Amino acid sequence: MALDSKTTEFKYIGTRPNRPDGLDKVTGKALYGADTFAPGMLHGVIVRSPHAHAKILKIDASKAMAMKGVKAIVTRADFASDLEGDDWDLLENVMAGDKALYDGHAVAAVAATSQLLARDAAKLIDVTYEVLPHVTNVDEAMKPDAPVIREGAANYSVPEGMHPNVVRHTEFGHGDVEAGFAQADLVLEKSYTTEAVHQGYIEPHACLAQMGADGRGELWCCTQGHWFVRRMCASLLGIETANLRVTASEIGGGFGGKTTVFIDPVALALSRKANRPVKIVMSRSDVLRATGPTASASMDIKMGMTKDGRITAASGVFRLQGGAFPQAPIETTTMCAFACYDVANVHHVGFDVMSNRPKQAAYRAPGAPMGAFAAESMIDELCRELNLDPLDVRLKNAAKEGTKASYGPTYPRIGLVETLEAAKAHPHYQAPLKDNQGRGVASGYWMNWGGETSVSLAISEDGTAQVSVGTPDIGGSRASMALMAAETLGIPYENVRVNVVDTGALGVNEPTHGSRATYATGLATIQAAREAITKLCKRAADKWGIDADAVVWEDGCAKPSGPNAGEFPPLSIGEIAAEMGSTGGPISGHFEATPNGHGGSFGTHIVDVEVDKETGHTSVVRYTVVQDAGKAIHPAYVEGQFQGGAAQGIGWALNEEYIYGSDGRLQNTVFLDYRIPVASDLPMIDTVIVEVPNPGHPYGVRGVGETGITPPLPALANAVAAATGVRLRGLPLSPPKILAALQSKSDG
Amino acid sequence: MVEVHLWSGLRRFVEGRDTIHVQAKTVGEVFDAIKADYPALRPVLDAGVSISVDGQIIVAGRHEPIRDDSEVFLLQKLKGG
Amino acid sequence: MTKIHITTTVNGDDAEFLCDPRETLLDCLRDELRLTGAKEGCGTGDCGACSVTLDGRLVCSCLVLGVEAQGKEITTIEGMADGDTLHPLQQKFIEHAALQCGICTPGILVATKALLEKNPDPTETEVRYWLAGNLCRCTGYDKIIRAVMDTAADLREAS
Repeated sequence: MALDSKTTEFKYIGTRPNRPDGLDKVTGKALYGADTFAPGMLHGVIVRSPHAHAKILKIDASKAMAMKGVKAIVTRADFASDLEGDDWDLLENVMAGDKALYDGHAVAAVAATSQLLARDAAKLIDVTYEVLPHVTNVDEAMKPDAPVIREGAANYSVPEGMHPNVVRHTEFGHGDVEAGFAQADLVLEKSYTTEAVHQGYIEPHACLAQMGADGRGELWCCTQGHWFVRRMCASLLGIETANLRVTASEIGGGFGGKTTVFIDPVALALSRKANRPVKIVMSRSDVLRATGPTASASMDIKMGMTKDGRITAASGVFRLQGGAFPQAPIETTTMCAFACYDVANVHHVGFDVMSNRPKQAAYRAPGAPMGAFAAESMIDELCRELNLDPLDVRLKNAAKEGTKASYGPTYPRIGLVETLEAAKAHPHYQAPLKDNQGRGVASGYWMNWGGETSVSLAISEDGTAQVSVGTPDIGGSRASMALMAAETLGIPYENVRVNVVDTGALGVNEPTHGSRATYATGLATIQAAREAITKLCKRAADKWGIDADAVVWEDGCAKPSGPNAGEFPPLSIGEIAAEMGSTGGPISGHFEATPNGHGGSFGTHIVDVEVDKETGHTSVVRYTVVQDAGKAIHPAYVEGQFQGGAAQGIGWALNEEYIYGSDGRLQNTVFLDYRIPVASDLPMIDTVIVEVPNPGHPYGVRGVGETGITPPLPALANAVAAATGVRLRGLPLSPPKILAALQSKSDG
Repeated sequence: MVEVHLWSGLRRFVEGRDTIHVQAKTVGEVFDAIKADYPALRPVLDAGVSISVDGQIIVAGRHEPIRDDSEVFLLQKLKGG
Repeated sequence: MTKIHITTTVNGDDAEFLCDPRETLLDCLRDELRLTGAKEGCGTGDCGACSVTLDGRLVCSCLVLGVEAQGKEITTIEGMADGDTLHPLQQKFIEHAALQCGICTPGILVATKALLEKNPDPTETEVRYWLAGNLCRCTGYDKIIRAVMDTAADLREAS
């Protein structure tokens, strides 16, 4: 669906009205995953492996089952036994089969009449393990003597002779990198690492399941996508999809981590066995140990640059471990690494490696931040050695419309140059720095997403409109949908009610993920409204006795298209709706499709840090995000996405990491030890919204959610290098690492 | 015929070529023709791929039209976040 | 295990519940009284999503036992608005788009109200340190801090 060239002036879009769900969320009324109860409800608790890698020899639940109040215990035997491929992986992660594959892996679950009782019962489930050697580090997992996580997990892509833990491989590029390096005045080759981090949503996973003996089920859960949950649960339980109705609660953050299932199939299996409703709520340590953090990465980058800042060639090897299952996001890591630049000679190699860690899940621009950290750090290193301005160098090499992307295709209209120019013109970039302060910049890219989308828009008898969508509202999307519906219909924002409906009320919807909701659900809302308008115009035409083609829709009214159509006073949406029952029936518009016109979004960040040379502590003193939004529907929530992405990226860069002990157990399983940024860690985060309309959306929208987490990793590393003169190539930039680097420099 | 660019990891399946040519008017026909004409690439398509047509990444959409002069790149399967 | 009968005051109303001595105040508020506005984000006092006041003191209700509520006065997010009238902080949080997913919002509002009662004219730094025990993963805190500063200024003007 192409950009609507007529729609350049907006009445509602671009304004900042209060979000429709605001009142419920500031008064405590909004119901999240753990906030519902059912009559006769049981509480479920999951038994988890304390070992990183172990054979499960025996599960003895007899003592637990004998406890008064214990109503059901499930193990792997209570799930489907005929699964293959991704579904088998999913089940294996939800409930271990023959082996526990990581610390925290679920091995059994119990439902009892109270939470405390269920916890006591879980302790009485006796699991006999045979502990196996484990590996948690990506480079170690590729070595010839590394323990094998699972034989035969590799697919077609892995070249012969690699360790069985290498399960996927990719290689792509164009040009001649060796020739490109030969043209350079300076070629650098460095290795970089990023650690696994967690999405850190504040709401732990929670669900309430009811399943009858007839195979019909009801599930309430916090998820980014309840149709995904429905499909996955139905598959894992061996039931028909339409027999499970899933309702999405309000969701307390997801960031990609709530696009899959962990506890939902377990609650359904317990409910099926106990024939009573079962609620499961994860603890924070369950969340950190046993949901999906990101992959960790080890990367080698080689890049050549001329004295005047032209990148002549770039190559990268990217090794990602994504836990004990395939699917570390090597595709997006490689595709996004050099995507900001017009490089004639470029080459990428990626390895997807298994280790004894939890199955990685998507996290905001999944895969992209790692590659960007390596590539954008390298550009900064070249700029420093050649004494070049890092924004000028990026502008000189920036990809634009017509550039051959690093991953092959030719870019359509994109907005990287505009973000770089806005960053350069921003007062932040010229502001003076104090002692021990340094400034870093970096750019980033996310390709965005369309995906399966169904929306229904119904006109009410008084001319107000209700929009039924299937993408949970994580950050104000009801407001954005209402703005687009109001704009299209020509009625006030307050006259549109947007409902996130259950899987029984609408066709399939992909989750709120991939920065797709405002793009795809928005496009669908506009299309559904336009379909309703066509019907509204037809009713007016019938009333006037003229051709439907001779009626236009303006400002919420049907009007004759011109003098030739006849002289009739405008008919408002309220007037048409009031009599719709007797003029042909209810008026609705629908849209069901998989839109593919999502345009990518580029961003450029500037950060100033101050490094305490005595403690190694880094303070972020100023931060500016510049990003292309295509068209900002509700600018306050666009800014919110920019700020939130930057804050998460800052956490990834400075503090956050999964720390495994030599025993293969996760060492930091509470927020005190897994430290995400708190209010006193951050400055205000300034934002600049660049608007280069997306040709694939009627109002020009580009998804904005994900790109913002990509530039902070390298921008922070570049700023620390500027402040201290030492370059850290491994995240996080924690005080001990910075101190050690400063020490070795002064020893130096 | 539509020229389809392959990522270099696929060249070993098609005697070192970096492009192949197929008869197709839609994305779905591109996939079907590759499977029929280049059986060595069948496991690749079965494992899942994305495709770029004239610079637009298409995650899902067999119906999306393709012209003989469209720029077509096979890409590795992308997943949302 | 025998449950203990607790008599307390919640948001100005008499309340009573039975609680296991191991249960937290947060569990009792949510599961016994069905006041689910306070959230459990961590259970270890690190995230502040369960913030309530106990006899006027700001606490993480996940670190207080239910039995400790005996004879005390508790206020929760459900008691913050005056009937239909939102507290100025609640209104400003909506206007400033200071929430995205909203899960941390009840705790942050309760904590911030406690701050402004103690210190009606906080600096940005004071607000940031006061809220350092209330984690938000969505917003980067920017719009939260702005909403708090703006409310504080309005309340000073009004008083």
